[in-house]
Amino acid sequence: MSHFSPTAAVNYFFNYFLMKGVLVTIGLTVAAVIGGLILGMGIALMRMSSNPVLSGFSRFYIWFFRGTPLLIQLVVIYSGLPQLGIKFSVITCALVGLILNEAAYLAEIVRSGFMAVSAGQREAAWALSLSPWTTFRRVTLPQAFRLMIPPLGNSINSLLKATSLASVISVEELMRRSDMLMQEHFQILEVYAAATAYYLILTSVWDAVQRRLEKHFGRSSAAKSRRVAASAPVAQTSVEARA
Amino acid sequence: MSEMSMNIAGGAEGVAAQPQLREVPAVRMEAVYKHYGDFTALNEVDLKVAKGEKIVVCGPSGSGKSTLIRCINHIEKHDEGLIYVNGIELDHQRKNIDAVRRDTGMVFQSFNLFPHMTVLENCILAPMTVSGMSQAEAKDLAMHFLTKVRIPDQAEKFPGQLSGGQQQRVAIARALCMRPKIMLFDEPTSALDPEMVKEVLETMKKLAEEGMTMLCVTHEMGFAREVADRIVFMNEGKVVEQAAPEEFFKNPKSERARTFLDQIIH
Ligand SMILES: Nc1ncnc2c1ncn2[C@@H]1O[C@H](COP(=O)(O)OP(=O)(O)OP(=O)(O)O)[C@@H](O)[C@H]1O
Ligand SMILES: [Mg+2]
Repeated sequence: MSHFSPTAAVNYFFNYFLMKGVLVTIGLTVAAVIGGLILGMGIALMRMSSNPVLSGFSRFYIWFFRGTPLLIQLVVIYSGLPQLGIKFSVITCALVGLILNEAAYLAEIVRSGFMAVSAGQREAAWALSLSPWTTFRRVTLPQAFRLMIPPLGNSINSLLKATSLASVISVEELMRRSDMLMQEHFQILEVYAAATAYYLILTSVWDAVQRRLEKHFGRSSAAKSRRVAASAPVAQTSVEARA
Repeated sequence: MSEMSMNIAGGAEGVAAQPQLREVPAVRMEAVYKHYGDFTALNEVDLKVAKGEKIVVCGPSGSGKSTLIRCINHIEKHDEGLIYVNGIELDHQRKNIDAVRRDTGMVFQSFNLFPHMTVLENCILAPMTVSGMSQAEAKDLAMHFLTKVRIPDQAEKFPGQLSGGQQQRVAIARALCMRPKIMLFDEPTSALDPEMVKEVLETMKKLAEEGMTMLCVTHEMGFAREVADRIVFMNEGKVVEQAAPEEFFKNPKSERARTFLDQIIH
């Protein structure tokens, strides 16, 4: 075992068992992003509310989940809550932990996106007697979303890797299945080389998607955007579709 | 535009038909106060603006000019006193605020066009979502007003692709698309390069000639002289002086107005 076998690494890469782990990793990430965005949006709205109870709760939530390791949150949900008679399946535990955690980060991203839209935009909407809903959906949200894409992308990149922590509570995602293969064959470098390659592929694909999104929605500060008129209707409908 | 003039005329006739009522002023403010913490931004302001009247509001920086006109469409809430706009009391009730905002259009120093929408989309958003117009109707209306401000050819562009003067003219057209009865301008030319000031002022003059009620914060004294029926001079949150332009420029009554005029007309 004093050498590295590239063939073995390639074999692990195409190992069906490992590939299924990759799918679980992707599934966890996608579900946590969607759940986290919905919950995070709610937390952000509460945080921006003038109601001190709502904004106080939201502040506490963000403080708590950003201030404690995801690993502890997962372990508490998986092993701690049953002590109180609350028991979920492994995958549910992982999803609850990931969503609760991700929501705290996304809430801050959503909030700072909205804060960065100038007050003048809202005032112009009011002056035109747009309803609060129209102001939100057609004026502030599309502009805030554009500003959110870069930090959102980074957060999703972190999340993709953070799903590996779910291995600790025995979710059979990429990391866990790599461990299992490793313990069976003891080809540590070969197995993890394959896992590493998968993580790099996933993050690179996401990077490419993020770059396209940024280009699509115009990455420059909206006021200075000089995009061609032709591309715009597409951009706008997509903002709305995403909304 | 003919349709709009008819609207205004129609409104006036409605009032004339009931001769026992005196014509409702476009804006009436009585003892209005606005505070920011300990600071009093509007200090017992009384102001009456007749329909069709053109008012220029001037005064030193921080004197409350913006606050004054922003209270008229309730973008700022006044703390005390009464404000009526076309007879509707601004009493912080949602339906009255909405009614007042539908009657008023506002143009800002920084344009505040929606940067993610084309010029045309900027103009049709409110007519479609607030007035319930069809897209075709709203587009016709928008093109009508864009033609009026002389930029129909820029309709498909984004605000960021236009010059400041063009953006401000779009902002005027966008406001006009809601067929306001009163237009509020807060230093509409202050953010513009000198060569673009004229095109915006010309647009405003045209609007004035058509009988629009206008309240305009501006330091363009040429415009004030030519267009204003009355100059309202503010200082430290108070309306210090109101007079016809000739009179205000020739012999301002207050010391403060004199020093102010000396400063801006060098
Ligand atoms: N949101 C706010 N919070 C605190 N103070 C404010 C706020 N808005 C305005 N003020 C203060 O109220 C005063 C009047 O402001 P306002 O904007 O009405 O002045 P202005 O006459 O329009 O001045 P300028 O010529 O500089 O635009 C200023 O001293 C300003 O600092
Ligand atoms: Mg001002």
